[in-house]
Amino acid sequence: MLSRLNSVRVAVRRLLTSPEERIGIAVFAMALLFVGVDAAAAHEYKIGAIEIGHPWSRATPPGAKVGGGYLTLTNDGDMPDKLVSATVEIAGRAEIHQMSVEDGVMKMRQVEGGLDIPAHGTVKLDPSGLHLMFLDLKGPLVRGTKVHGSLTFEKAGTVDVDFIVDAIGASPKPMKHDGGDSMPGMKMDH
Amino acid sequence: MPSRMRLAVMALAAVIALAASGVIGYHLTHQGAPSAPRIAIGGPIDLTAEDGRRFTNADLGGKPFAVFFGFTRCPNVCPTTLSDLTLDLEQLGPLADKLKVLFVSVDPERDTPETLKEYLSAFDPRITGLSGTPAEIASLAKDYRVFYEKVPTEGGDYTMNHTATVYLMDGKGGFTGTISLEEEQPVRVAKLKQLAENG
Repeated sequence: MLSRLNSVRVAVRRLLTSPEERIGIAVFAMALLFVGVDAAAAHEYKIGAIEIGHPWSRATPPGAKVGGGYLTLTNDGDMPDKLVSATVEIAGRAEIHQMSVEDGVMKMRQVEGGLDIPAHGTVKLDPSGLHLMFLDLKGPLVRGTKVHGSLTFEKAGTVDVDFIVDAIGASPKPMKHDGGDSMPGMKMDH
Repeated sequence: MPSRMRLAVMALAAVIALAASGVIGYHLTHQGAPSAPRIAIGGPIDLTAEDGRRFTNADLGGKPFAVFFGFTRCPNVCPTTLSDLTLDLEQLGPLADKLKVLFVSVDPERDTPETLKEYLSAFDPRITGLSGTPAEIASLAKDYRVFYEKVPTEGGDYTMNHTATVYLMDGKGGFTGTISLEEEQPVRVAKLKQLAENG
């Protein structure tokens, strides 16, 4: 077994004679790894004129009764629409909340009467502001899993979506420099 | 002639720079002087820890500490801060043992010690969860100038608005600074490192 492994090692070394080649292969392998992660993480849905970019959530600590839902809503149509409600199977109910920080105080309020999505406009729901609040969780949100839910729009109707659960402290940092859907930052929780 | 003028300008610039550094230096050295008024943030802690026992300043063992007020039904800010602090403590390495980290619930009616214990098991074990009677929490929050209030939501439920700043306190319980939400990890770790080193 060992000698066989050694012969493979020797063969590889013969193929990749220079250190540059070896580094090149390693970099390529790493790049492949990230392409794989990205494809798995980013997902989107469309109903009517509304595009739903990468619905995701964060893992919850044990015993937590609430969680958050984050996504990007893009209205390709000429008419404004409204996100009127959301559901997730794992939660008793979901509400649309607005979080803000004023003078170091975190303030939370429920968005009444639905969330406006202007014609040809984009609305982002992320951990730093607007978000879906999952209440009365029936179980924990587990990193690496998906939670099934739905979004209902005033005009576009209802669409089923899966929220991908990321790490507890995950943040959508790469979103700052683009308008499309992107994966949340890969901040690790240990 | 032009070279002499250049020399004069340079000399003048040097004089101005010296004077400026003197002024800045004076301010820097006098800022920390005992005569400077201390910001009155902080106060005696007398609450219930996640293990059900009473927790007072004596349990801090004279160590400096970071304290954060929040609640477990908080979807964004609290788990983010606790997760950040967990990563920061890991970054600090052995220095982290020279300080304490406290998480005080502003929702004591729902955050029992057991709830806190379970919730905090997802984070660094050195973070201690504290709860108490509403009056005890109100008293400590007042000492720390922490604002919190209930916000009614659908169906008779409520969420909380609360100060989301991490307070950094020295070994004597004196206020030394804060960590705010938007600060990135290198800044947070530098502040905690300084706190741990200074005692």
